[in-house]
Amino acid sequence: MSEPLLKVRDLKIGATIYPPDAKPHDIEIVHGVDFDVMPGKVLGLIGESGAGKSTIGLAAMAYGRGGVKLTGGEVWVNGRDVLQSSRSDVRDLRGGEVTYVSQSAAASFNPAKKIMEQVTEAAILQGKFSKADAEKRAIELFRKLDLPDPENIGTRFPHQVSGGQLQRCMTALALCPQPDLVVFDEPTTALDVTTQIDVLKAIKEAIADTGVAALYITHDLAVVAQVSDHIMVLRQGEMVEYGDVDQIINAPREEYTKALVSVRSIEHKEKTPSGTPILTVENITARYSGTNFDVLKDINVDLHSGQTLAVVGESGSGKSTLARVITGLLPPTKGRIHFNGRDLSNALSSRKPEDLRELQMIYQMADTAMNPRQTVGTIIGRPLEFYFGLKGAEKQKRIQELLDEIELGEGFQDRYPAELSGGQKQRVCIARALAAKPKLIICDEVTSALDPLVADGILKLLLQLQKVEDVAFLFITHDLATVRAIADSIAVMYQGEVVRYGGKTDVLSPPFDDYTDLLLSSVPEMKLGWLEDVIATRKMQSGGN
Amino acid sequence: MRIPLSAMIGLILTGLYFFAAIFASWIAPYGMAEAVGDVWEPSSAAHWLGTDQIGRDLLTRMIYGGQTTIFIATAATILSFSTGAIFGFIAAVSGGWVDQILSRFVDLMMSIPSLILALVILSAIDVTVLTLIVLMGLLDSTRVFRLARAVAVDISVMEYVEAARLRGEKIFWIIFREILPNALSPLVAEMGLRFIFMVLFISTLSFLGIGVQPPLADWGGIVKENKDGINFGIGAALYPAVAICTLAISVNLVADWVLTRTTSLKGGRG
Repeated sequence: MSEPLLKVRDLKIGATIYPPDAKPHDIEIVHGVDFDVMPGKVLGLIGESGAGKSTIGLAAMAYGRGGVKLTGGEVWVNGRDVLQSSRSDVRDLRGGEVTYVSQSAAASFNPAKKIMEQVTEAAILQGKFSKADAEKRAIELFRKLDLPDPENIGTRFPHQVSGGQLQRCMTALALCPQPDLVVFDEPTTALDVTTQIDVLKAIKEAIADTGVAALYITHDLAVVAQVSDHIMVLRQGEMVEYGDVDQIINAPREEYTKALVSVRSIEHKEKTPSGTPILTVENITARYSGTNFDVLKDINVDLHSGQTLAVVGESGSGKSTLARVITGLLPPTKGRIHFNGRDLSNALSSRKPEDLRELQMIYQMADTAMNPRQTVGTIIGRPLEFYFGLKGAEKQKRIQELLDEIELGEGFQDRYPAELSGGQKQRVCIARALAAKPKLIICDEVTSALDPLVADGILKLLLQLQKVEDVAFLFITHDLATVRAIADSIAVMYQGEVVRYGGKTDVLSPPFDDYTDLLLSSVPEMKLGWLEDVIATRKMQSGGN
Repeated sequence: MRIPLSAMIGLILTGLYFFAAIFASWIAPYGMAEAVGDVWEPSSAAHWLGTDQIGRDLLTRMIYGGQTTIFIATAATILSFSTGAIFGFIAAVSGGWVDQILSRFVDLMMSIPSLILALVILSAIDVTVLTLIVLMGLLDSTRVFRLARAVAVDISVMEYVEAARLRGEKIFWIIFREILPNALSPLVAEMGLRFIFMVLFISTLSFLGIGVQPPLADWGGIVKENKDGINFGIGAALYPAVAICTLAISVNLVADWVLTRTTSLKGGRG
């Protein structure tokens, strides 16, 4: 058997942390990981945030990101231990033998330089190609990656191509110096589902064509199943399970892997609407001031008390704008909103306190939705004080009740948001919304920034709360798996219009319009060969392509 | 908590100056306007820094001068911060025409050199410590307004501020509870800088003769009174100059340290 290209033995990685009230000290974030990558093979690294995936990926380049130290073990690339190598040797390694594709292409490209210059830079600097050859190779790669106008796309600046295209340009950048190994760090996570599929396909084909080996890092098992030969499941810096794709997906051994495979399996039976709706959106048309086009065009949807309306669509479809119109942040140019038996005035400033109280909102980024200088007690307590005039012990008691309801329990009142995990933060935001005893909560992508297992927990909690509090949810998301899990009715939005609307089963059963078909088929499924099937059968190309 | 050496030096010197200013009447060896010796005596056991141009003890003058200078600078800084920050926050949170009117007015004020504006106003009105403080505070508040508005514009687009608006909170809750705690560290650091500018400003005015009026001592005034001595090789005017310089540096060292320290607190923003 041939030698592995990348051989990692007992890799330990540490970092220094600076807690607010204690002395800085060192912690270990990766506790001895072993794995091999054979030439031309793809290893998927999967795990939730904080599992050490990216840190391990970067270690393959002998690099530790800000403050991270490679404290022990060996990393062998092409038969030498790169952790012991000299600086000049490491310089040959990075961008020569091992290259890197990061999550956000937009943040990684230099906005002031043309794409071609950046794509060929490493190949030329490493002395692998002359400028002319490197550019020829880049154009070939652009073609391989299905980029439009491959001869000339290199003359554009990064802001002149779409997000999905830029991500593919970055893949070209990584492949240009003819590396032996490419580290893909969540390359499709920041993209829309409909765009993700094209990028995935391009990456997969480029890997196959060039025969390069790859480390593919992601938190989405369904995605990694499409591109990898082997998968390593990581949790808190330790390996949980290692196996080939087939075994991990179809016969996982460890409990944790089983949980990852079966995530998104919440069963929720659709409730039929009855009585008058709590929220009626009638002919809403809206535009942002200073622009000359409508971002929402004649929207009509209903939502019944205690039920969930899911608004789905890709970014730019107007989902969040609809939320802004309903909350009053963006007064519509036409149409009206009927809420709980009364008309809502268009502008926030002229709404009655009762309207504000009964209509609450939860955001995607729990981090920025909470004031970092307020404790959890203050954050949840403020609506109680503001709407119900609760004070002192009575308020404390109610805060604790709410914390129990979101399954956090004692000891959280005096914590600051920075001292909570991502899932806990989102729970506190839910508690803040619940504190107002609302009739309707608008949930704007509330699970998108969370790990799959944590997101599952939040969805279960929301369903549970809906039963107890009889609150309606307007659930904005781009993730159809989430929609299947919790919606009663669905509105599919595309370019500011509702293209499909109705009960969950109706919307999700054929015959589909082209856009709904594209959206539905783009959601990665936990099975092998899914990517090829979809590419072969879908009717419409993604707009962001 | 470890204090870096530079901050330690800054803290000690700043503390020393403030201590001398606050307890001036206890530690000064002579009365403020008391003539106790000859003109421009060299330093001696009785007069550590010598005497000034009409025979007053220079150390005493320096201590009282420091009191006046530091008091006026502190009061003016507080005034400029409270007005500048509040109006800056209001402009940022309200947006629209409120922001336009306030910002354009501030632009207008900033387009006039403040020293010249101060000279014109002070030559027309009665110069007292109070008018000096109010004038300097208001002129300088335009700078604070700019900073406060810029910081608050950044913060007011955060979702927790939007959440507060959706809850129906009034503007002063948003300013004092949501924005101010998150804007504090850049403002505190700026405060050190503005304080120094106030010291320089009041010293300049006094040197030009329209600031603090005799017989009250202040550092700029002492430079002015003793500047002729330089022609005769007498360094009396240098002491207040050195004092102004070291105070400026030490306050800056402290402000630097405050800024680096507070930005890493509790995940708060800078």
